[in-house]
Amino acid sequence: MADKIYRINMNDLSFTIEDVPSEWMGLGGRGLTSTIVAKEVDPQCHPLGPNNKLVFAPGLLSGTSAANSGRNSCGAKSPLTGGIKESNVGGTTAGIMAKLGIKALIIEGLPQDDSTFYHLHVSFEKVEIQQVPELVGKNNFEVLDHMLAKYNKKVAVMSIGRPAEQKMLISNISVKDPKGKLRSHGRGGLGAVMGSKKIKCITVDAEKFNEASANIVDPEKFKEANKVFTKALQENPISGEGLPAFGTNVLVNILNEAGALPTRNFRSGQYDFAENICGETMAENIKARGGSTTHGCHAGCVIQCSQTYNDKDGNYLTSGFEYEMIWAFGANFGIRDLDLIAKIDALMDDLGVDAIETGVTMGLAADAGILAYGDGAKAYEILANDVSNGTPLGRIIGSGCANLGKLYGLVRVPVVKGQSIPAYEPRAVKGQGVAYATSPMGADHTAGYAVATNILNSGGFVDPLKKEGQVALARNLQIATAAVDSTGMCIFVAFPALDDPKCLPALIDMINARFGISLSGDDVLNLGANILKTERAFNIKAGLTSASDRLPEFMNYEPLPPHNLVWDFTNEEIDEFWNF
Amino acid sequence: MQEIHITIKLFAQYREERFKVEQRKIKKGTSAKDIMDVLGISEHKLPLGVLMVNSKHEKEDYILQEGDTLALFPKVGGG
Repeated sequence: MADKIYRINMNDLSFTIEDVPSEWMGLGGRGLTSTIVAKEVDPQCHPLGPNNKLVFAPGLLSGTSAANSGRNSCGAKSPLTGGIKESNVGGTTAGIMAKLGIKALIIEGLPQDDSTFYHLHVSFEKVEIQQVPELVGKNNFEVLDHMLAKYNKKVAVMSIGRPAEQKMLISNISVKDPKGKLRSHGRGGLGAVMGSKKIKCITVDAEKFNEASANIVDPEKFKEANKVFTKALQENPISGEGLPAFGTNVLVNILNEAGALPTRNFRSGQYDFAENICGETMAENIKARGGSTTHGCHAGCVIQCSQTYNDKDGNYLTSGFEYEMIWAFGANFGIRDLDLIAKIDALMDDLGVDAIETGVTMGLAADAGILAYGDGAKAYEILANDVSNGTPLGRIIGSGCANLGKLYGLVRVPVVKGQSIPAYEPRAVKGQGVAYATSPMGADHTAGYAVATNILNSGGFVDPLKKEGQVALARNLQIATAAVDSTGMCIFVAFPALDDPKCLPALIDMINARFGISLSGDDVLNLGANILKTERAFNIKAGLTSASDRLPEFMNYEPLPPHNLVWDFTNEEIDEFWNF
Repeated sequence: MQEIHITIKLFAQYREERFKVEQRKIKKGTSAKDIMDVLGISEHKLPLGVLMVNSKHEKEDYILQEGDTLALFPKVGGG
């Protein structure tokens, strides 16, 4: 039996199961969520109103034995950027949805009775929609415990915390990982969209499932290609050695050394206390205190970049303790104590707020005089009390960096399309700056990771401090990434893919073997290019223009130490990006 | 023989059984590769990933100058 579209209508709390239209057959993950959003959502709708839709889609290879294929995409019109959004996550949803034969889960409408929240339980050919007044006002871990007690440990859980119930723009959708901790569809305020639809949590249960969904047309070819692919991941020095040993946080020191670690709300490219918060220090702490340097965010991950982090007494503090979060609250907001950053990380998992948007907003809040730079205790208190309870201050922080900047009359506001800039300084990693400016998602490092080639010597080297070659680099990476985001693959397959000629062909061989098709490398790149164009077209109809493809103006005239460079691309040079 | 002063910084696995940061006096005309040989990094099981001098990417044949800071990384990544 072929895969199906599960469609839930919150207007009348009904569901339908539909055949997959032929034009959606070859799509998965981001390619499918963006295609559905572009086709079915009015680009000019209010993102929190009745006409937005929330779409989940596992990747083309999710649910198979392909290594690192467990990413699930979530798409909608973003209330943060006003444009299209796709945010993907590990956890257990992609595999379980794929097992059930769910090509995409589309949630539309708003319930008539908005006095409470609902729980959606998705199982084979069935969706149960129940009110859950007992979960209203609860944060993620309590919701997770409740669902695991109600069902079984294998059920996939997606949930929102209190900030998303209040439709705050920093809110995300949290997803259970294989160890019962949380990962997130972090960016773009997708939690607020789920909150607007009054959905507190979604469970996906594959106790009974569609045997045929797991069918692979050419199992021998698939197995062979997976072997080559897995070997490429394991033998690559980054995905095979560096990431498992130090996690993503190994980047603190190299970005700091390169003068590209945004510090004190993007005033400098170097942080005097980088050594306190770096991946090497984190790995030393884990070794001394117990915990684990390796943890996979989804089943089938052979990279294991994540970790479990304990306090000085060996008690659990947090897991999934990643570079972006540590940078945002460390260098950019100024906390020097890694353990305090870990406590905030665990709190943000529970609340369900995006680590990047929240951390960058906190850095700007220090500029606004709301709290002092580096005052982690106060930041914790604002999140735990004000943001969670929705006080006026909590709502100001919860509205994200761009809105905070407007409210306080600030100029140094590091956003693109209303979304906070992640942990790589555009003035000192110019290729990444082009990717931030042009991505239909707003400032998003995962949309085209030019850091790889600008800083890490992956896929060759393009000088990060010069303009030459950056537009082409950002374009090629964004096209390839849009395609990879459709397969269900973790973005870190990019490291072997950039340097090992066997890696990408093996990935394409797996797709071909699974579906009995014969895509070429060019077909896959065309898919990526089409996804980008589809997303861009949605944004233009939503009212975004070329003028939205710009970095914040202060970067044009404030030189960034230590290289003392400004952002020096002309508008015409940036607009050249879309020439494909 | 003329000597110059440099700072060497090591990162990730290169720190194991070596150091994080050290000041050294070296012979003028020494290349970054010479330093890697002395430190045993040229033979490390993890090949050189990134070499920076004074926060800029350079190649192994770079000739060190008075006051330079040399930073050596194995291949690292994340995001």
